[in-house]
Amino acid sequence: MLLQQFFAAFGRYLQLMGKVFSIPERWRMFFRQYIKEMAQLGVDSIGIVLLISFFIGAVICIQIKLNIQSAWMPAFVTGYTTREIMLLEFSSSIMCLILSGKVGSNIASEIGTMRVTQQIDALEIMGVNSASFLILPKVLGLITMIPFLVVFSIAFGLIGAYATTYMGVITVEDLTSGLLYDFNQWYVWMSIIKSLCFAFIISSVSSFYGYTVEGGSFDVGKASTNAVVRSSMLILFADIFLTQLLS
Amino acid sequence: MIEIKHLYKSFEDKDVLIDINAVFEDGKTNLIIGQSGSGKTVLMKNIVGLFVPTSGQILYDGRDFIGMTKREQVLIRREMGMIFQSAALFDSMSVLENVMFPLEMFSDDCQTDRIRRAKFCLERVNLKGAENKLPGEISGGMQKRVAIARAIALNPKYLFCDEPNSGLDPKTSLVIDELIHDITQEYKMTTIINTHDMNSVMGIGENILYIYKGQKEWQGSKDQIMTSTNERLNSFIFASDLFRKVKEANQ
Ligand SMILES: Nc1ncnc2c1ncn2[C@@H]1O[C@H](COP(=O)(O)OP(=O)(O)O)[C@@H](O)[C@H]1O
Ligand SMILES: [Mg+2]
Repeated sequence: MLLQQFFAAFGRYLQLMGKVFSIPERWRMFFRQYIKEMAQLGVDSIGIVLLISFFIGAVICIQIKLNIQSAWMPAFVTGYTTREIMLLEFSSSIMCLILSGKVGSNIASEIGTMRVTQQIDALEIMGVNSASFLILPKVLGLITMIPFLVVFSIAFGLIGAYATTYMGVITVEDLTSGLLYDFNQWYVWMSIIKSLCFAFIISSVSSFYGYTVEGGSFDVGKASTNAVVRSSMLILFADIFLTQLLS
Repeated sequence: MIEIKHLYKSFEDKDVLIDINAVFEDGKTNLIIGQSGSGKTVLMKNIVGLFVPTSGQILYDGRDFIGMTKREQVLIRREMGMIFQSAALFDSMSVLENVMFPLEMFSDDCQTDRIRRAKFCLERVNLKGAENKLPGEISGGMQKRVAIARAIALNPKYLFCDEPNSGLDPKTSLVIDELIHDITQEYKMTTIINTHDMNSVMGIGENILYIYKGQKEWQGSKDQIMTSTNERLNSFIFASDLFRKVKEANQ
């Protein structure tokens, strides 16, 4: 029963995506929407990404230093571990989980409100492909912006780690040598590739829940919750799969 | 001209529309009236293609709308304008941008011509000076007028209005009714209006279709309503004391 529901929803999702990926009717209108979405979904998320990354970077560094580092461990352990955690998981997967809360609910409630106030019907009556007009710029906009967010997140995580040297947690030399120890550039690319998939999941799944709302403002609220929960779950599944595939 | 032939629409187990036949002529304000829940909105959504009828035919100047491909339907839709019950303005855009929207999407004119056309439409609905306001900042009556301006921006052949007066005071309702009526005559549009407002019926009802529980019960003009002997129609139209007295005085 649950499985049947899942496949029914998945079928409707694929149908919607089929409508979304079509050539825009007016490129000028498409680019205007695209730039607006990059600003709304990407640029407006920079603040929260920087803030969280900075503090998590600092906290990871402190925790590792206090709990793992000891006389039997080489001095680079703290810097090395901090870097690997940020690169491998935090700056892609965890950050996208956080963004699914912010961006996902934003997308679902915006499109859902347009649905229940008949703005989507108004687009359809004009002969506009409403799915493509509303959803395509969001999907492409978030996918365009997410690599920048990942890079910012990595950078601010490391800055956070350095900030702890001011508190005397670790010396700058130890931290630097740890951060540089056995560096593998592929991990940065892996982070970016994973985040591209997650960006697609967040934007398309949230759009799906918003676009298919029926009813009123209560249902918009439900759709926005669904969007966040489902896209988070899918991100977690995809993370396991992608990590296996890419490492 | 829009013709409807043997239109049926059911949802799952519920028959909402049963064998509707009607003709809506050019340059006339055609009204669909009936109680709340009688199926007016469903009928209109079927006509414009937001719902697919269970069976039946809809002809736009002889062109069979249901039998068309999606592509052909989209082309006919560009000849339609619609005013929704809730106005359905794009709330992130200013009044002018709302009216500009269909032009930017489908007109090949240059930007200055598009702005001129949008401003002309806003003037036509007596909304000068509100161009830069957001829909949330203007009154319900003004929102409806913006919706009319947006609907007529591309010079549609067919205009649809779903309860254009809902939520408006009687005086503003009158202004909106007259506006729709004048525009219809001016541009020879085929206009269909859903309403349960008796002032509209008596004011602009040139061709009235009365729907009762999903079936066509009566069709005629506002003058014929006065002399009609259809009981269901009379109990609907003359439900209020005032209209009953008007009718008695007339006879
Ligand atoms: N999408 C739908 N699914 C199922 N039933 C519907 C749907 N839309 C409308 N109905 C039913 O159709 C009937 C007519 O509704 P409607 O056309 O909105 O009435 P009104 O004349 O007030 O506009 C109602 O009983 C309503 O419950
Ligand atoms: Mg209705």
